[in-house]
Amino acid sequence: MKNRLVLFIPLILFLAMGIFLYKGLFLNPQQLDSALEGKPIPAFKLEKLEDSSEIITNETLKGQVSLLNVWATWCPSCKYEHPYLMRLARQDILPIYGINYRDERALAVRELAREGDPYTKNIFDHEGRLGLDLGVYGAPESFLVDHNGIIRFRYAGPIDMRVWKETLYPMIQELQAQAKAEGAS
Amino acid sequence: MKAFIGLVGALLLSITMIGTAVATPVDTYEFKNVDNQKRALDLAHSLRCPQCQNQNLIDSNSPVAQDLRLEVYQMVDAGKGDTEIIEFMTSRYGEFVLYKPRMETKTYLLWLGPIVLLLFGLMIGFIFVRKQRISGAVEQELSVEDQAELDKLLNRDNK
Repeated sequence: MKNRLVLFIPLILFLAMGIFLYKGLFLNPQQLDSALEGKPIPAFKLEKLEDSSEIITNETLKGQVSLLNVWATWCPSCKYEHPYLMRLARQDILPIYGINYRDERALAVRELAREGDPYTKNIFDHEGRLGLDLGVYGAPESFLVDHNGIIRFRYAGPIDMRVWKETLYPMIQELQAQAKAEGAS
Repeated sequence: MKAFIGLVGALLLSITMIGTAVATPVDTYEFKNVDNQKRALDLAHSLRCPQCQNQNLIDSNSPVAQDLRLEVYQMVDAGKGDTEIIEFMTSRYGEFVLYKPRMETKTYLLWLGPIVLLLFGLMIGFIFVRKQRISGAVEQELSVEDQAELDKLLNRDNK
């Protein structure tokens, strides 16, 4: 009788593999884990989009929980995302910093003037160097940064109501509570 | 003579065609030397484009792949080692960019799984064959009753 049970081992192995592979079917290959979660924002020194004389650095972003949003005028999904960012900006929950990624300055400024500007500040990453250091592989991408300037979460793709409510906002509340506990503004 | 010329022509043609077949988009980048070029191209071939996912950095035309390709070329020309360049890539884009995953705790299953499965299969096969043999040897001896039964059945058919 014992020997009969041994015969079921291949079946059990097969089923286990089947379940494993079936689960894999529902993973989104576009959602790569960021290698930077838990690490500080890479050091950078870049011009402000609207004003080339103002320099923004990674130090600028420290002190409060913020959202970094990589966008460009050539990116259709960014246009889709834009109205929702406007809504978020009006609610004034946290500063949203824009990284204008491999874009033309004049085009980007014009776009914001026409469609509205949800960004606290816009970093002009013309060469895409900051994007490269952030591991950006498309746009839009958004990074949740805590008050110490540590990247806590990366979301690739446009932010919409579902992503905001289910993923981002709960994390932001948690991070802001942490920031408060540690005495940051 | 004509055949000879034809043969040489065909050979030359095939050599040039091999040349074009392995040609890669080196963009407009000028390497310091041929060794650097070879090493950089090999490296870029072994790294996956994070955006297109099914192509390596050389095959892909996406802007990200172009950037990363150039980055690899420049790092090679700057005298950086392979491990340093791979570290640069994985610290930004994660293990994903490696076509050949590194051997570490979370990839043991990936590396050793097939070997374990093969050994397991061989073991089962071995046990199975051995059992077959043993039971086969036993079956050759029939008990007296069985032999009588068999004889009876055979006789019935013969009638």
